[in-house]
Amino acid sequence: MTPAQEVATRIPHDAQKAAQGPVAPPKPAVAPPSPPVGGATAEREEPKLRISNLKAWYGSTLALKDVALVVPPRSVMAAIGPSGCGKSTFLRCLNRMHELIPGARAEGTLLLDGEDLLSRQVDPVLLRRRVGMVFQRPNPFPTMSVRDNVAAGLKLNGVRGSHDEVVERTLRQAALWDEVKDRLDESALGLSGGQQQRLCIARALAVQPEVLLMDEPASALDPIATAKVEDLIHELKQHYTIVIVTHNMQQAARVSDQTAFFYMGELVEVGPTEKMFTNPDKAQTNDYVTGKFG
Amino acid sequence: MTSLRWRKFVDRFWTLASAAGVLAALVPLASLLWLVVSHGAAGLSWTFFTNLPAPVGETGGGVGNGIVGTLLLVAIASVIALPVGIGAGVFLAEKGNGRAGELIRFVTEVLSGVPSIVIGIVAYGLVVARMKHFSALAGGLALALLMIPTLARSTEEFVRLVPGALREASLALGVPKWKTSLLVILRTAAGGIITAVLLAVARAAGETAPLLFTALNNQYWNLRADQPTASLTVQIFNYAISPYEDWHNKAWTAALVLLLLVGVLNLLARILSRNRMEGAR
Repeated sequence: MTPAQEVATRIPHDAQKAAQGPVAPPKPAVAPPSPPVGGATAEREEPKLRISNLKAWYGSTLALKDVALVVPPRSVMAAIGPSGCGKSTFLRCLNRMHELIPGARAEGTLLLDGEDLLSRQVDPVLLRRRVGMVFQRPNPFPTMSVRDNVAAGLKLNGVRGSHDEVVERTLRQAALWDEVKDRLDESALGLSGGQQQRLCIARALAVQPEVLLMDEPASALDPIATAKVEDLIHELKQHYTIVIVTHNMQQAARVSDQTAFFYMGELVEVGPTEKMFTNPDKAQTNDYVTGKFG
Repeated sequence: MTSLRWRKFVDRFWTLASAAGVLAALVPLASLLWLVVSHGAAGLSWTFFTNLPAPVGETGGGVGNGIVGTLLLVAIASVIALPVGIGAGVFLAEKGNGRAGELIRFVTEVLSGVPSIVIGIVAYGLVVARMKHFSALAGGLALALLMIPTLARSTEEFVRLVPGALREASLALGVPKWKTSLLVILRTAAGGIITAVLLAVARAAGETAPLLFTALNNQYWNLRADQPTASLTVQIFNYAISPYEDWHNKAWTAALVLLLLVGVLNLLARILSRNRMEGAR
């Protein structure tokens, strides 16, 4: 199913829910065990991601302590905090890239549409096709053309046939099509850094994930390229659930619906972005977002 | 605080000293090339490349069977050594941090230190003693045993040079680890590995000792793996230890041909690796 079709099937579902009105109580089964977070959307819809008691280790070092939060579908969750606070570790737990580091492991409950991602039954390889990832530095495959880079996830996973349609659609989604449509067969390394990063986003989208993880996707880019990526995040959240790690608090404020503040491996506070930046509950959050430390 | 003049002097001194080192390294190389070319060039002719060796007393004749034999031996060696060497290298780079990796690395180091004549004896024991006769297969196996350790180590180096970000990019797309290793990592490292292969082939083509009692020699054309085979190096050896002036000259010319062969392989390696680098930039 293409994302567009997915959305099409979701819309009546949403409309139905909306028709119940914001006062309709959430179904008991949906009631979050952790403190409810997020705005009206979170209360109306089943969360895309429900995380509780998430702990992550590097060897014997506990890098993430009992994280619990909920991400509603088609929204952007930003994870902020100083270096080494665990926000990247948190992100890498969500597609089980964390466990690839020797000695690293994670524990807890990590529900994607109600399915526990950390259970032994879940194949991390298949999971990563549902939870895509964009990295800090653009990392296109150097031996492949622009076209092959976008189709890499399909080709490497043995999907045969022409991928031209997917390539065009995802490059359009990544707002890159007009810039590269005449150089699809050239090396991906000929693109600028910002274009390479959007290419990596298109590559992640081509596998048709449900959730997109972004690990400081704009930190290696100049301000113009950053603005393009941020616009793109706004576009993408209509179809995808996005979790973004960022060092840049203004960026978190600009792109996210909810913000989670991590410090020393703990989730200090999570809430609607506007509240987090204007009137957070915790003094620590206030100190961080106002630039007193970090 | 040392004076500027002193520092300039020290700088000049070491620049000259390192230039002298380069010169000292180049002199033997240049004189070797000169010696081989000056002695061997006279005997070069088309028939030298195409004809069989002439019997003692007859003029003319060539080392055509030796060239073909060397190519055959190197081909057999490559068929055996490439999968094993490259496979071991990929294993060492991807999974080689545990006990097994340590062991394999140690064994390849020991193997690369074994004198080539000893490798020849091993191939003799493994193949010749069982088949009861000398063969190209035995020679090829001996050369393969020489190629494997260098191939494994250089493949490991080149695979390790591939940025971890590419591995992560592939894994994050839901590509299984083995496919990531083969289709992404190995493909990215291919330029370096091709260079390593050609250098290993060039080195194998120049070996004599492991061929003496494996492939032996052959006065005639041979393309069969189970028959004794001529090779340029053994031909040179036989000509050089003979008492005939004509054969001595032929040894020089054959040495020149061998140098050309190895030189072309090295050049090819350079060109291929440079093209790869530019493609990747």
